[in-house]
Amino acid sequence: MSAPLVDEKNKDLKELVKREYKEGFVTDIESDTFEPGLDEDVIRRISAKKEEPEFMLEYRLKAFRRWLKMPEPDWAHIDYPKIDFQAIAYFSAPKEMPQLDSLDQVDPKLLETYAKLGIPLEEQKMMNNVAVDAVFDSVSVRTTFRETLSKAGVIFMPISEALQECPELVKQYLGSVVPTQDNYYAALNAAVFSDGSFVYIPKGVRCPMELSTYFRINEMNTGQFERTLIIAEEGSYVSYLEGCTAPQRDENQLHAAVVELVAHKDAEIKYSTVQNWYPGDENGKGGIYNFVTKRGLCKGDNSKISWTQVETGSAITWKYPSCVLQGDNSVGEFYSVALTHNKQQADTGTKMIHMGKNTSSTIISKGISAGHGHNTYRGLVKILKGADNARNFSQCDSLLMGDRCGAHTFPYMEVQNPSANLEHEATTSKISEDQLFYLKQRGLGEEAAVSMIVNGFCKDVFRELPMEFAVEAQKLLEVSLEGAVG
Amino acid sequence: MLKVTNLHASVDGKEILKGITLEVKPGEVHAIMGPNGSGKSTLSNVIAGRDGYEVTAGSVEYLGKDLLELEAEERACEGIFLAFQYPVEIPGVSNMAMLKAAMNSIRKYHGQDEIKAGDFLKLIRQKADLVEMKHEFLKRAVNEGFSGGEKKRNEILQMAMLEPKLALLDETDSGLDIDALKIVSHGVNALRSPERSMVLVTHYQRLLDYIVPDYVHVLANGQIVKSGDKSLALELEAKGYSWIEGIDDNQTTAAQAS
Ligand SMILES: Nc1ncnc2c1ncn2[C@@H]1O[C@H](COP(=O)(O)OP(=O)(O)O)[C@@H](O)[C@H]1O
Ligand SMILES: [Mg+2]
Repeated sequence: MSAPLVDEKNKDLKELVKREYKEGFVTDIESDTFEPGLDEDVIRRISAKKEEPEFMLEYRLKAFRRWLKMPEPDWAHIDYPKIDFQAIAYFSAPKEMPQLDSLDQVDPKLLETYAKLGIPLEEQKMMNNVAVDAVFDSVSVRTTFRETLSKAGVIFMPISEALQECPELVKQYLGSVVPTQDNYYAALNAAVFSDGSFVYIPKGVRCPMELSTYFRINEMNTGQFERTLIIAEEGSYVSYLEGCTAPQRDENQLHAAVVELVAHKDAEIKYSTVQNWYPGDENGKGGIYNFVTKRGLCKGDNSKISWTQVETGSAITWKYPSCVLQGDNSVGEFYSVALTHNKQQADTGTKMIHMGKNTSSTIISKGISAGHGHNTYRGLVKILKGADNARNFSQCDSLLMGDRCGAHTFPYMEVQNPSANLEHEATTSKISEDQLFYLKQRGLGEEAAVSMIVNGFCKDVFRELPMEFAVEAQKLLEVSLEGAVG
Repeated sequence: MLKVTNLHASVDGKEILKGITLEVKPGEVHAIMGPNGSGKSTLSNVIAGRDGYEVTAGSVEYLGKDLLELEAEERACEGIFLAFQYPVEIPGVSNMAMLKAAMNSIRKYHGQDEIKAGDFLKLIRQKADLVEMKHEFLKRAVNEGFSGGEKKRNEILQMAMLEPKLALLDETDSGLDIDALKIVSHGVNALRSPERSMVLVTHYQRLLDYIVPDYVHVLANGQIVKSGDKSLALELEAKGYSWIEGIDDNQTTAAQAS
């Protein structure tokens, strides 16, 4: 469809609207950053900085020793220069460490940074009913609405703090879903993670508000290795959202996070991500390498975990949020929109591991490729022997814009129980010239028409997002796609 | 309103329109009839500004402006509406969302504020009633899973919402049973006004029993070969297209086959 759309007038239009990565600014703030490099001493220093309990240091060292022996994976459908792990700094914190209870003590520059990102940390200015934990480089700078949450018995705090306040809980669950030896990046994360969010919802509690964490990488040559742990006790419910941005830099930056979710009997966890890390420029220079391990364990009967993600950023995304359906009747869901533009590459998908009886899973994946972007869906549905009457429905749709981009779909199925019922649908489409003309004839400009068609394509995923974030996600797609037609 | 002068247009180097001249004044309804493949849709598309057509000679003037200078969306904002022969499906985009965006885009073009949500809802329900469309269709994705007749009614609904100055209706009647034809015609007639002009492209005179035109033109092989009043349509019906000079047997066969 490129030929009829690229006329001279459209080119002018494209130049006009081509916007830069809006979150690409750097905050000039004094920070305490380790020199690049990684060895046991660095790990000891991270642990000491955080005044961690002894078990944590041992956990980290064990993970590090494992990591040293593991080969770097290269099986994903992506292509990038080798990462020099000794050139990365593994800890960075703003020098003026804020007192977490009072905004007055937070560096105004930090507040400004988050305000610029549209995330005011003053509670009265906050979006209704959303509690935020803001993570700046390696540390959490502020968690809002603490009081309201603690009245409900909900614990929502930086994981570094949870290690001080409720170390037993952290010790019980940390690594219980993603063990340190799980994969290369998970092992690295276990060794060096500096912060992240910890959430605990007690039995029978419906978390009174959305919980959300905003991650921001600011320092140069700093890796971000956050660790998130969410535990939903019996009969509880929580909806959690993470947002991510980074300054625009010429060097690639590494982000290797681990997220673990545990849902007990009758509990439900909804985890949404709007990922807008810096994607690199149009020639593929700079951008975040996003290697993330996310896994949820539906531990109890009738538990439910859904992952919803909108991925527009990063130079490279390697990410497979997964569900282990251990409890009988448990439900796993994965809704994903991944957009790749310019030279971005995304290799993403999910794993649904059915263990319990009558477990069911749904996978809806929407990949959009524009420019030279490459989008790969890789999904595994595994039905174990004991999983009687397991069901899965998978739908993987790809939308191509232009003829230099690509979409690849790799659905894997491993079925060890004959009562399983699996359905898989896949489509690849292009925005048709008929559709564009139809919308233009109704008075919509080219960019508006494209964005309407793309939003329609993504609707099944967007409607899973909390209201405020669905709007945000739509806007994000709009900005990310500007100049993509042709 | 619309002044087409000696319009020549080609697709992929093949000339389809071979010198069309047509003037439509405010409030007039013109019918353009002709066998399949004579260039009726091409004419509508060129006026509406679809990409892929090359105008090799002639001019199109609309409300004193050179229409050919404008982008398709600008023409729409200036009040030109095309009811498509084959309405297009837009999966995942509700009829309502699309119409609201279209309406606001046109309002913005004219420096007006966005329509209030409440006003929009009232208006669209009222217009849906006009074309006897169930309100649940408003929430459904644009034309997705609509029957042929529902798609055509949806086009008229959109026209009623956008209130164009010049409406081009490309075979809005084809594929409609008699009840649907009456509903669509009623919708179109309700929009007739001294300020609004219409060009009805049709294959059959049947439509013209319900929407009575001021003028009838016969298009054949890229040219208007005959013009007259509504009696011309009746004559065509009685005698077939071959009665008119300049239409060869091939085209007549094509017309009868469809
Ligand atoms: N995009 C196109 N490419 C090539 N030929 C076309 C194209 N569109 C129309 N034509 C040709 O132009 C002629 C007129 O087509 P059209 O305007 O659709 O006729 P009508 O609407 O009167 O049936 C036909 O011979 C058709 O095959
Ligand atoms: Mg036609």
